[in-house]
Amino acid sequence: MRAYLPDYELRVPKDLEEALAFLANEPGMWKPFAGGTDLMVLLEAGKLEHTKFFSVWNLAELRGIEVTDESVTLGALTTYTEVRRNSILQEEFPMLCVAARETGGIAIQNRGTIGGNIVNASPAADSPPALLAYDAELELLSSKGARKIPYKDFHTGYKQMKLRDDELLTGIRLPRTTKSLRHYYRKVGTRKAQAISKVCFAGVAKIEDESVADVRIALGSVAPIVLRCEKTEAVLRGKSVDERTISAARAALINEIAPIDDIRSTAKYRLRVAANLLEDFLKTVRDGELN
Amino acid sequence: MSSPKTERRFVGKSVPRKEGRDKVTGAARYVDDIRFPEMLYGATVRTTSPRGRIKEIIFGENVPWDEFTIVTAKDIPGENYVALILNDQPYLVEEFFNHTEEPVLLLAHEDKFLVEKARRSIRFEIEEFSPVFTIEDSVNKREIIWGEDNVFKSFLVDKGNVDEVWESADVIVEGEYLTGAQEQLYIENNGMIAIANHEDGVTVWGSMQCPYYVHKALIKLFNLPEEKVRVVQTETGGGFGGKEEYPSMIAGHAALLSWKSGRPVKIIYDRAEDMAATTKRHPSHTRHRTAVSRDGKLLGMEIDFTVDGGAYATLSAVVLSRGTIHAAGPYLCPNVRIRSRAVATNAPPHGAFRGFGAPQSIFGLERHMDKIAKTLGLSPEEFRRRNFIQEGQTTATQQVIHEKVDLSGLMDRAFELSGYNEKREKFAEQNKSSRLKKGIGFASFMHGAGFTGSGEKYLESVVGAEATEQGNVRILAASTEIGQGTNTIFGQIASEALGIDYNLIEVAKPDTSNVPNSGPTVASRTCMIVGKLVESAALGLKQTLVGSGFLKDSGYTSEDFSNACRAYIEKHGALKSFSKYQQPEGINWDDEHYRGDAYGAYAWAVYVAEVTVDPTVYEAHVDDFVAVQEVGRVINPVLATGQIEGGVAQGIGYTLYENVVWRDGRMANNQMTNYIIPTSADIPPIRVFFAENPYAYGPAGAKGIGELPMDGAAPAILSAIENATGVSINHIPLVPESLMEELETETI
Repeated sequence: MRAYLPDYELRVPKDLEEALAFLANEPGMWKPFAGGTDLMVLLEAGKLEHTKFFSVWNLAELRGIEVTDESVTLGALTTYTEVRRNSILQEEFPMLCVAARETGGIAIQNRGTIGGNIVNASPAADSPPALLAYDAELELLSSKGARKIPYKDFHTGYKQMKLRDDELLTGIRLPRTTKSLRHYYRKVGTRKAQAISKVCFAGVAKIEDESVADVRIALGSVAPIVLRCEKTEAVLRGKSVDERTISAARAALINEIAPIDDIRSTAKYRLRVAANLLEDFLKTVRDGELN
Repeated sequence: MSSPKTERRFVGKSVPRKEGRDKVTGAARYVDDIRFPEMLYGATVRTTSPRGRIKEIIFGENVPWDEFTIVTAKDIPGENYVALILNDQPYLVEEFFNHTEEPVLLLAHEDKFLVEKARRSIRFEIEEFSPVFTIEDSVNKREIIWGEDNVFKSFLVDKGNVDEVWESADVIVEGEYLTGAQEQLYIENNGMIAIANHEDGVTVWGSMQCPYYVHKALIKLFNLPEEKVRVVQTETGGGFGGKEEYPSMIAGHAALLSWKSGRPVKIIYDRAEDMAATTKRHPSHTRHRTAVSRDGKLLGMEIDFTVDGGAYATLSAVVLSRGTIHAAGPYLCPNVRIRSRAVATNAPPHGAFRGFGAPQSIFGLERHMDKIAKTLGLSPEEFRRRNFIQEGQTTATQQVIHEKVDLSGLMDRAFELSGYNEKREKFAEQNKSSRLKKGIGFASFMHGAGFTGSGEKYLESVVGAEATEQGNVRILAASTEIGQGTNTIFGQIASEALGIDYNLIEVAKPDTSNVPNSGPTVASRTCMIVGKLVESAALGLKQTLVGSGFLKDSGYTSEDFSNACRAYIEKHGALKSFSKYQQPEGINWDDEHYRGDAYGAYAWAVYVAEVTVDPTVYEAHVDDFVAVQEVGRVINPVLATGQIEGGVAQGIGYTLYENVVWRDGRMANNQMTNYIIPTSADIPPIRVFFAENPYAYGPAGAKGIGELPMDGAAPAILSAIENATGVSINHIPLVPESLMEELETETI
């Protein structure tokens, strides 16, 4: 442990109201601590800069998966394990279940939360590309009231997001419009398990009369934020999936993403693999190999 | 392969581990489990740039410095170097430093979190000197950073006259091969506890492979007589060479803090410090130039082998030696010249790691053998078969092989078990149409057991066996149990020699005040060399019991033996028997010309790897692995198989995953999240097979196996990747980013 523990403070609010009061009374001073799977790593390494936290782990209001005819809403504290085991998610949002299965190990999956994964705002997070491809919407709450924001507008820059100092992420809403889609998710990690993504690709498409009726593509680890690739989608929409379309889409994607060299991989590898995965996605959904 | 005349009761059986129960129940005590009253926690303040001079040390604010014990080089009572071979590495920087992780100051406090905060508050004002980071820059003397020419050590092996072969050779093949650094990544980080004062001297407890290396180093550091220094090994969670030399450093630091504070001091490295500061496998560069005849016979080999030793000499000369001797492999060639050198760079010193230079030079050789075969239009296996060394022939050092060696037979068995021939054909057909490319490849190699040349003679290792009052036999040796099974095989060897129950054999915890120096736990020597001494010390004990009339020469039970021990002790007092290493006759080594019998015995092996390459993401995955080896007699099949499986897994990591990212001479990915070792999901079934050919001078016929399995995976896997993709690759680690560069010639 490289952190000096007396420098840190962790409070436990008794309910959601008190939690929101932490945020409202001293904006920017307190930050939520959910499963801790990202924060504890920084603490151990002595790199956790923020020192005042309140635990949200026991807030029942942020738990549970709510299903209506139109949507499935995940409480922000829904763990990866809960995502993996939910039958509606398995059926209608399979990429999210795969992402949960491929995040960390069992212990991390029991403790790590979808909400935490979003507000930790790592561009290498595994669930956000799937959430982006599924057109997720975020529910935010402060003592002043609730609001909603499309997830694709949430992240604005590296570790930057449209979350006010007094707001808490409470839920993630997924519209149940996936029935006619084909889903393709592939995490390229540094090894088969217990790995951080070097490139993560999530795509859904609707193929009608051999052409792309609808498509949504999102990637992780290729830009300062997890990225919905709308320019690449535009190149594909209405086109038949042939070599020319694939080539144009590859070119569009390479312009749309902005990967870097880092400790885990190279910009060159990420560019090429992202384009290869796009091609594999298109061929796979065209040929109907996946569900 | 002869079968034993008498039935063996313990050798060749998978008896349970001696210390297994304690490990499984959590009763085993590792150094970090141990606490002394009034104990302080120590931390090491290190340099933060690769080369320069410290002008000033700036202590941070908001730290109660008056509560701390602070040690600098000025506090050292004896010599400020870690005594090993060249004694060039200081315990603490005095003014000039040569790598980014050099210890400058030591701090101790009773609050281990505060000591960490204090450590991080210290800054240095530094005059920077120009560093050297690569083998190439060091060899070319871009800067002189060590001695007169940056060279720690060089060797020349010369057999026949290689200069005369080039003109008449049918074919000459050249190649260049590179290997990277590798972190040992034992489960238990390094750590030590020390109690040191003027009255009692210095005692340290900790995780280590070689108690007498630490002993020797502390004697010099404190300028104390031998008997005033005591080194005790605690339960040790793995070493792989990583606890061969560095524990001397940590033990010295803990002892210096204790000496100054008058209190016990514990230093435990966390994973980040352990990975950044302690030793790793030497990166290497090999050049081959080989003359062959049209019919595939080796005529001449010229090999140039260079390893990166890091900033100080440490064990580089010895690593280089083993790499040099293994560089020409298990092949007969009449003319061989090997030139080798270990050079300095401004990285933390590279050190011992399973295989000790051999995995590096064997990688180069085996890739090159594939290249020669391809050039000649021969299959890689046929080319090997035409050149495998046979009994009575000589190695590169002109050692005559006196044992029956049958590499062709090992190859036949490995090919049969792996389905090599059928898969070669099948994959060639499948790869034409499939997106995923499959391939199969192999490597053939050997590994010498024990210290090189005259090394064992100079070591003069001693092992003792003593009778206990309970009627047991206790083995006294400094050879450490580090997870590999030392205690267990010593128990098996002694019980077999004495013909008594395995449970009657105890193995003493290595403690220099109590056990003789049986040498370091390294170099695949513990079973073959030390095990033989265990056998003879045990037999010496029996002889005394028989000679003094307490025991019949044969036909006794375990109970008779115990009774005899008790009766002897009652009448005469302590009963101990010691055995000292005697070099088998006929071993001759010329250290000046690097010629002669390099090792008492070699283990021989053929390993086959099967891979799938995914061209979408440029990942190579090992699907199957067959390891066939001849290791003399196997003492404990479960432990021996475990050694091979572990070595192969470590070899797969070395080949495809483990990439030390260097930034300014410092490991940038010094955390397990970003230094990637394979998990069980990345490791295939490893199928292990032993051919047995008892070695006359090993205990019950055993040779060494600890390092052998580290040698074969890398060349076998790269051979399989070549088979899958048609691309010959000559460097490791081959992470997907590198494989992409090899497979894609066009830019995107």
